[in-house]
This record gives sequence, C-alpha cells and structure tokens, in this order.
Amino acid sequence: MPVEHKTVAATGNNMVAEAMRQCAPDVVAAYPITPQTTIVEEFARYVAQGKVRTEYVTTESEHSAMSACIGASAAGARVMTATCGPGLAMMWEMLYIASGMRLPIVMLNTNRALSAPINIHCDHSDVMGARDAGWILLFAETAQEAYDNTIMSIRVAEDPDVLLPVMSCLDGFITTHSIDRAQTMDDESVGAFVGDYTPQNALLDADNPVSHGNFAGLGGPYFEFKRSQRIAMDRSKSVIERVGAEFAELSGRPFGLIETDMMDDAEVAIVVIGSSAGNVRHVAKQMRAEGVKAGLVKVRCFRPFPAAELAAALSGMKAVAVLDRSESFGAEGGPLFMETRSALYDLERRVPVVNYIYGLGGSDVRLDLIRSVYTDLSDIAAGGEVPAGLHYLGAR
Amino acid sequence: MQQLTEIRWHARAGQGAVTAAKLVAETALAADQFMQAMPEYGPERMGAPIKAFTRISPEPIDIHCNIEHPNVVIVLDDSLLDVVNVTEGLVDDGAVIVNTCTPPDAVKRALGLAEGVTVACVDASGIAVDTIKRDIPNTPMVGALAKVTGAVSLDSVKSLLVSTFGKKFGQDIIDANLASVDRAYEEVTVA
Repeated sequence: MPVEHKTVAATGNNMVAEAMRQCAPDVVAAYPITPQTTIVEEFARYVAQGKVRTEYVTTESEHSAMSACIGASAAGARVMTATCGPGLAMMWEMLYIASGMRLPIVMLNTNRALSAPINIHCDHSDVMGARDAGWILLFAETAQEAYDNTIMSIRVAEDPDVLLPVMSCLDGFITTHSIDRAQTMDDESVGAFVGDYTPQNALLDADNPVSHGNFAGLGGPYFEFKRSQRIAMDRSKSVIERVGAEFAELSGRPFGLIETDMMDDAEVAIVVIGSSAGNVRHVAKQMRAEGVKAGLVKVRCFRPFPAAELAAALSGMKAVAVLDRSESFGAEGGPLFMETRSALYDLERRVPVVNYIYGLGGSDVRLDLIRSVYTDLSDIAAGGEVPAGLHYLGAR
Repeated sequence: MQQLTEIRWHARAGQGAVTAAKLVAETALAADQFMQAMPEYGPERMGAPIKAFTRISPEPIDIHCNIEHPNVVIVLDDSLLDVVNVTEGLVDDGAVIVNTCTPPDAVKRALGLAEGVTVACVDASGIAVDTIKRDIPNTPMVGALAKVTGAVSLDSVKSLLVSTFGKKFGQDIIDANLASVDRAYEEVTVA
C-alpha cells in the first residue's frame, strides 16, 4: 500500500506526540517540564482516549521517570519518554545505566538551557552535557525532522547490532512551540516501518533467564562492557545511515548524518546543529547572490560523531566556522567545534576553523549575526588573519 | 504576492493574539502556502504586553528567528501604542492595523509614521462585543488583515473558522465569529 501523506499545521511537539503514538510504545514514563510538557500532555491524552495502547506512568521526578523506563525496557517493553534541560540533568545517573544495560529506550529532548540564572529557553547545554553518556544523539532542524527522527530512532535503538538508547533532540520553543507546515504519514506505514519489537535479553523471558546491571567491580568485566558499548556505538553509524535511507524511501525526505547545502563549489562554510541551520541556509543564499561562495553543513547526528563525513565535506574550504549553542567552560571551544576541528586534523591541507558560541538561553539567532560570521570567513578566505579564541555571537 | 510576508502581533495576554497568529497560519496552509506561527514566550500574566509572529510564503521558510522587520504589524489593544514601540523595524511600505476607535490618520500622526506606511483602524473590540458578546478582538482583526493586505483571503479565513471552530463550538458561536470577520472587513478604514 502506498504511503498516505497528510499536510498539517503543527508544532514540533504536536509532531513528536503523533510520532510517539504511531510508534506505539508499551510503556511511557515521564515527568512534565517546559518546553517538553505539551509532548507528554498530548501523548497522555492519546492514551486516555484509547488511541494508543501504552502503559503511561506518571512519576514524581525525572530520575524516577528514567528509572521506570529502565525497568520497563529491561523487562522487555518498547519504551519512550521525553524531557529537557534540568529534567535531563536530573536523569544523569540513570542515563548511563540505560546505555550500560544496552536498553533501546527512545527519549525526546526539547533542548533547554541549564540554570543559573533560570532560563526556560533553547540551548544545547543539556544534551551536550550528556554527550558521553553512551546515547545516540540525533537533532532536528524543523518540526518535520523532529517527527522523522522520532520514528527512525525506534528502528536504530532496537537494531540487534546497536541496542543503545537514542536521544532525539529538537530546539525548545523555536521548534517545539512554533507552528510549521509538516507532513505526517499514515499509521499503517509508520507501524510497518518500525515493526514489532522483539526484545533481546528480556527479564520477563522466563525460559531464558538473565540478569542486568550486575556488580562488575575490580577484576570484573566493567572495562570490557565499556568497550562493547564503544563497538555498538561505532556500529550504529551504518545502521543509522541504513535506517535513514529506508526512511527516505518511505517519506521522500532524505536523511544524512550530516546534510550539506551549497557545498559543491563553496569556499567558506558554517557547521551548525538544530533550528539555526535554517537561518544559516537563508543567509548563505543571500551571500551567494552577493558573490560569496557560502555553504552550510548541518549535523543531524552528534553521537556517533560523523568525523569522516565532516572531514570530507570541509576538506577544500578556505575557512570554516563552527557554531556552538553550548559552552564548555575553560575548553578550547564548544563541543561541536572541538570535535569538528579534531576531525579535520588529519587532512593534508590545514583548514582554518573558528568558533562562535551563540544563542545561549534562547538568545535570538538573528540573520545579521549569521551574516557577520560569513563576512568574517570571507576575510579569512581572502588572506586575513584567523581570529584567536572563541567569539560570543551577539552577546551584549 | 510578495515572496515572504512577516506579521508581528502586539497584544495583551488573554486577547487571543496567539490564536489569531495560528488562525492566519492555518488559513495560509489551506491555500497551499508555507507558514510559521509562534508566540514569544515571556511572563504570561493576563494583561501583560505580548508578541506573536506569523510568516507566510509561497516557498518553504528556512528562518526560525524572531521577526525584526515585519511587513505587517497588528495591534490588538490601542493602550499598547503608548507602552510598546509597536512599529519598531517596520518596513518602509509596511502596514499597521490597530484595534481602536481613533481614526487612522490620527494614529499615523501619533506614531510618526512615514508616508509609505499604510495605517488601518477598526473597532474590533466593539465588533467583538456586538457579535461574539465578549471583548476578544482577535478574529475580527483577521478580517481586517484580509482586507488591508490580502495576505489571506476573506473566504479562506471564514472557511477555516468553520472547520476549526466547528470541532469545538456550536453554530451560534461560529456564526458570531463569521459575522465579526465580515464586519471588520467592511468597517476597517485606511490612511
């Protein structure tokens, strides 16, 4: 049967809640937090209306929410949840347990800044703090990509070659609360794509008894467990690409670990994650009309990190700017900058890379700010000096 | 139609600006346009000044920032004219639509607007009280928007009201809203 596409006016959170319903998780355990709240509100309504057969567990904190997800997933259930910012921070301990127990939990994260000062708006401090927790990390630019990533995440997480939790991120308020034009697919097509879940090593499989998360102290296999997580994470790269290609065939929307735009003849490029990629694309088109060979690389998957793909895309550039929506205080730069520059280290020809911290706490990513980055890059490309240090884009 | 129309809504929390921004976006979608509608989230006390945004374009919209140079500014409460710089960044040939009993030439003078700017005024609150029986000026202002800018058509606004309100409200409320849109469309005056 052909896929039925329906064009809708929907927020990112509407799209995610719809995708969750279509993925039909057995268990969702969650605690509401702005700007994630409308996802779990809407999903809870679907449960109450009988539109999805999910055991919905309301918990008293995010630590408990992730704990319940871990228990349910270890038992053998398909499990999803959602959180953001301080909620993700409160899950900290449990994030590592989910990945260490190799549980294919899918979590939506509506990127929100961390306090103090208190801020409910978008940046990537929350997820970047969790970048070493052993979760696969996907990012959406739009409500559409948030929907698509949610569905793909189930397949990636549950792939027997992967069995890792996936965090699917969308920008708080900018993507979660803006109404955008997007397309949903029919329930049957999504259901067939994600398939039925066959749990591996389920605690409730009494014929094949197993235990999870055992003591593995000194002399135990802890070290080897960590290596197995590394192997699974590395292996997940080709699985994500394969699932992305299959999804593209279904949806008509291409997916890549990175997405390149106007890079064929580009001389200067901006590397960016999330909703700001759209702003960069818009300005890059304007710059091209003015004779600047501007390009854009959008990173849709941060873990596993697409180092080889970035090196290939950026190898010929005269200057590259990496935009980070999170801080790594005291480091050489933001996390995307550090990993991108490291990915370029082995290239024959050295590519100048500059770092900009931008948009912390939802600070507006104005088009003139993006333009100023391309102008800086053009100066470097024309032989100007590469400015040292990182730059706070638009900070007053 | 121009490539991208950017609308900024100024209102007090509770007047339905976010709903109106959505209504316009959904109307644009029904006409197979691309669109965005987003509130600017801040302190959400009833009566506090708030902003909302709508973008409409025949092409996919890439940008996700606030609207700084709107083509159209819609003011749902004329007491904001003294409080907020509602025309900040307005393009030279833009339009300002105000819910007020003051005539448009007086509003234009008071705001010190350039010759090329269109100022349109309509007593949307009065119309809302007459028709909907409550001072919720958002739907009549969409009627005024249709008349002044053509960014959305009157017919498409009305058919969308029927389809979206039809799910939640009875026929009397739908009829009252349709009447409010028609009256604002007829009664808006331009300088």
